[in-house]
Amino acid sequence: MSQDRQDTAPILEIRDLKIALPEGSDRPFALDGLSLRVNPGEIVCMVGESGSGKSLSAGAVMRLLPEPHVYVADGSIHFEGDDLLAKSEAEMRGIRGNRISMIFQEPMTALNPQKTVGWQIDEVLKLHMPAKRAERRKHALDMLARVQIPDPESAYNAYPHQISGGQRQRVMIAMALALSPRLMIADEPTTALDVTTQLQILKLIRELQREDGAGILFITHDFGVVAEIADHVVVLRHGEVVEQGPAAQVLNDPRHPYTQALIASVPDLAPPAPKPLSDSPVVLKGTGLKKTFAARGGLLTGKRKAVTAVKDLSFALRRGETLGVVGESGSGKTTVSRLVTRLLEADSGAVELDGADLLACTPAQMRAMRKNIQMVFQDPMASLNPRKRVVDLIAQGPIVHGANPAEARENARELLELVELSPAAANRFPHEFSGGQRQRIGIARALALEPKVIVADEPVSALDVSVQAQVLKLLADLRDRMNLSLLFVTHDLRVAAQLCDSVIVMQKGEIVESGTAAEVFTNPQHPYTQTLMSSIPGRDWTPPVRNTDAA
Amino acid sequence: MSIIDDTRLRPAEPSRAVVFWNRYRRNRAALLGLVLFAVVVLMALTAGLVDPGDPLRRAGAPLTAPFVDMATPLGTDQLGRDILSGLFYGARISLLVGVVATLVAIAIGVVIGALAGYFGGWVDDVLMRITEAFQTIPNFVLLLTLVAILGSKIEWITLAIGIVSWTAPARMVRAEFMSLRNREFVDAARNLGVSNTSLIFREILPNALPPIIVYASVIMALSILLESALAFLGLGDPNYASWGNMIGQGRAVLRTAWYCAAIPGIAIVLTVLSFSLLGEGLNDALNPRQKQ
Repeated sequence: MSQDRQDTAPILEIRDLKIALPEGSDRPFALDGLSLRVNPGEIVCMVGESGSGKSLSAGAVMRLLPEPHVYVADGSIHFEGDDLLAKSEAEMRGIRGNRISMIFQEPMTALNPQKTVGWQIDEVLKLHMPAKRAERRKHALDMLARVQIPDPESAYNAYPHQISGGQRQRVMIAMALALSPRLMIADEPTTALDVTTQLQILKLIRELQREDGAGILFITHDFGVVAEIADHVVVLRHGEVVEQGPAAQVLNDPRHPYTQALIASVPDLAPPAPKPLSDSPVVLKGTGLKKTFAARGGLLTGKRKAVTAVKDLSFALRRGETLGVVGESGSGKTTVSRLVTRLLEADSGAVELDGADLLACTPAQMRAMRKNIQMVFQDPMASLNPRKRVVDLIAQGPIVHGANPAEARENARELLELVELSPAAANRFPHEFSGGQRQRIGIARALALEPKVIVADEPVSALDVSVQAQVLKLLADLRDRMNLSLLFVTHDLRVAAQLCDSVIVMQKGEIVESGTAAEVFTNPQHPYTQTLMSSIPGRDWTPPVRNTDAA
Repeated sequence: MSIIDDTRLRPAEPSRAVVFWNRYRRNRAALLGLVLFAVVVLMALTAGLVDPGDPLRRAGAPLTAPFVDMATPLGTDQLGRDILSGLFYGARISLLVGVVATLVAIAIGVVIGALAGYFGGWVDDVLMRITEAFQTIPNFVLLLTLVAILGSKIEWITLAIGIVSWTAPARMVRAEFMSLRNREFVDAARNLGVSNTSLIFREILPNALPPIIVYASVIMALSILLESALAFLGLGDPNYASWGNMIGQGRAVLRTAWYCAAIPGIAIVLTVLSFSLLGEGLNDALNPRQKQ
């Protein structure tokens, strides 16, 4: 196999690529000695965690590095035998978009919101295709049809905000494919999409590439996606290639300890053996919750259409258990977490915490009740006040609720140890920590009030998978040790499968299915749940038996 | 655990003040602004040492040119008052007006902007309509009216300048609050049971400060100009030597003794320049991402 790989003439060949970073960065080279080749009809996945230099390599191939601060210091990049690094800027312009094209992560920002989809595809064609306007239009419509957009004619005339996220990504792919490039670089093309859309897009990329025989350099952090799509895998860490090889080998028989640890961090889809159904008392109970967002009109514009985020939601969370709220974006799951903590006011319904209705409390009563129900937020960057020291962040809750400040700070230091951070962290500011460490601080802050319930809103979705695994483990640990009840909101079914005792699946503000995690994951009843389950990337791939001490 | 361990801390970073100063001093113009500002402060502090007497007393023959009589090195005006000592005492007035008026403007602006931005809804509507009402009247006209009503004592002039300058900071604070109030750390603090007042002043305000501090330097420069303009029109406080007063009186003899107006004019230019440069330097140091 690897012999065959060497024989065919590669589309892209990178040898010993070194990309230098400006002085004072955390390492001298963003990429240090990257070598890889992309053959025709092959999808090469570059996997790595944030900061591994994977996106910069795409920039180097396109010659779009932020020079002169970041530049290619050494090595070569050959595209169909031509040295790309020796090309002039004008020659590169002829290659970009035409023979090498790119698909970006966030289709909303990669498309110009001011121009119609058709205009933007036409712009690419105008630059590289000597054809009449009518011909270009026909070609663009053909491309839109090829990426399976339902109504190409109306999509052609639509503005980016008028079509869905998945369709926007299809438009991006249509643009990338418009001139039948030899090489496509896809930088996390499905990360911003829901699982069901993600699967469709991955399939689409696969199919189109089979038809055209182009090579794809696919950058991702998600091993599920790798399992879904890759022929060949390159694993990057801190700018160095730790392992590369055929997909089947790297996924099922990783050699390097780092790859092993990374793969071991991917949560298993099969839920752990169900705990015996507990009869512990219900701590948190929601009944008939409803929330409609009415857009406030101006003085003269009048009321705009209201959006129902959650309609008639009821659930019960028992002590010591974890209830997962699972759904895609727009399903209303985040709204649930905010209704329960009363960061948003529900239109109707009740949230009972140990029998007391939170929604009926006066603001002052509610402030006092808050110590019983704490929250861990999604974005560890945004959820810690950047101007406060860690010790003050953690001690803030107890101090607000009347604890002696000196004691509260002392406790805060102990909590830091509980979340496995050094006590030296106490006097630092949030920006000095990595994402995972910040999330640990967020957990310590929630624990400081000794709450009965913790509501976690996508607490690991902003983290790298290895870090994600550690934070999840910590959460599960603390839950078991302190007999906490957890309301866990997530879009990631793998994570839900690992952590939750029972699960509710939401679609468009309604519960479509609920039950124990084991039931829902092994035998989903509702068609929507079934679609969700069958869309998980890499669902057929079971990570190899792990060394238990690796993660 | 050894391969991917996330709990190890990064090396500690230098303190905020050090980082701030390192960023600030990268801008040469800002350093110049700082030096000029220090000179003006020094002038204000040493006015009593340079000339212990009343700066408005007669110190020499009227309209002595500069560098002629060593007792009055920068010359005298038409009443024989020493221009140099007027310059030093004027620095006191200019700084006083600049600092106090800015504080007044920022205080009003922060309160109104914070309430409007934090609560939104009808609170925002009411406060912003009031702000707009103030904005529709030209600053200087309003200032003249206020001084006409209150009288031209230096305290009233300062207050009046503060009152006409609060609208811009109010709008700025409001915009900052509107974007910050939806950040997760505000929700996090609210979820801890923090009250609205603490949320506004302890959680959000410190994060909204950098652009306000930068803008304060602009207001300070504008206040000095406003005070000078008032004095130029003869509406300044006649009991104090102020640069504006000196220019206003020097105007009468501009063709024969240009230095009477020009010397305090240069002082105003340099002081306002120092605030502008200072503001730019602060902007670079406080909002480093804006420039990259």
